[in-house]
Amino acid sequence: MSDKALFEYACRLGDDSLILGQRLSEWCGHAPMLEIDLSLANIGLDLIGQATHFLKLAGDVEGKGRDADALAFRRDVLDFRNCLLVEQPNGDFAQTIARQFLFSNWQELLFRDLTRSRNETIAAIAAKAVKEVAYHTRFADEWMVRLGDGTDESRGRIAAGLDWMWRFVDELFEVDAAIAPLIAAGIGADVRALRTEWDARVAKTLADATLELPKPRRATLGGRAGHHSEHLGHLLSEMQFLQRAYPGATW
Amino acid sequence: MVSALSVTVSLRDRVLEILSAVHDPEIPCISVVDLGIVRAVRDGAVVITPTYTGCPATIAIEASIRAALDRAGLADMKIETTLSPPWTTDWISEKGREELRIYGIAPPPRGAAKQSLREQAAKCPRCGSSSTEELSRFGSTPCKALHRCLSCREPFDLFKCH
Ligand SMILES: [Zn+2]
Repeated sequence: MSDKALFEYACRLGDDSLILGQRLSEWCGHAPMLEIDLSLANIGLDLIGQATHFLKLAGDVEGKGRDADALAFRRDVLDFRNCLLVEQPNGDFAQTIARQFLFSNWQELLFRDLTRSRNETIAAIAAKAVKEVAYHTRFADEWMVRLGDGTDESRGRIAAGLDWMWRFVDELFEVDAAIAPLIAAGIGADVRALRTEWDARVAKTLADATLELPKPRRATLGGRAGHHSEHLGHLLSEMQFLQRAYPGATW
Repeated sequence: MVSALSVTVSLRDRVLEILSAVHDPEIPCISVVDLGIVRAVRDGAVVITPTYTGCPATIAIEASIRAALDRAGLADMKIETTLSPPWTTDWISEKGREELRIYGIAPPPRGAAKQSLREQAAKCPRCGSSSTEELSRFGSTPCKALHRCLSCREPFDLFKCH
């Protein structure tokens, strides 16, 4: 197994968590209720913790002396490997919940699978994080139901949020040439095999929320190859500002 | 866990005693040893494991352990981190559980880590009543949820099963 493929895979896992963690941290102090503020900040912290572990692995595999901070704060936008879903702007609370709902249900299945990875570090990170992600899924599922089966206003907003985020779902289940060898080697998860269970979970919660499954639409892909929406650049300019302006600054 | 051949019992005991005085900055009632994050004392190294993935106290805890070792004249003892096997709340000692309860944090039930999300009434750390309700699943730190006792009406933190 080439180190390059493993570096790539660790970056994908780490970047998904890092970018969504950064997005959620934007809610800190702005959420509609104190309980939600705490929840979103805590979920963001969990995700940034995952990112720290995965990016450390990436740096170790690369062997060029880059640690998790260097990869998070001094990489250019084209080198980020996160899926497009996580870089989508928070929008209103409903849009944030729709994004979390789609992502956490996916990440929980992914990590459950990765606990059996032949790479010990990936397996250990996944085993640790999967229990935390189960909390994220439950939080998002419950809010889907509350908003969907709520008022006309909340229902309209969550339906719109879901409709927007839906176009980024197919990318979560994409397998490309860069990681196919890792799947064959039992290191990476074959996300294609997770789709049926993910579909069933999502359909059940949407039924509880009295929401309809969004209409299929053409998938928007490209994040894994570094083709991002303009939103990611803006996110990074804020997240990376300090380390760019004062390289190596410590607290 | 500990190789008796490579480490003298006295050094291991001494290190554990030193670390028994190092506390979690966010839950100061409990030492890092009773919290179950000290995995091993090897020749020349202390092996620790993080609690929650996103716990911001992880770095502070490591710094406190470093300082305590340095003060005790063990500056060349390294600190190594391991992720496997993952920490669960089952690693918290009985003494640690009781210290949490006295401090006002309901300790996680034993063995619950295997079925972490099963609904279970938390026991009020103040009056012992099981008639309690969850107010918020996410609390003041990543490891806690906020509950309320329906008997004595006091709100309290629950150390999440993990
Ligand atoms: Zn009580």
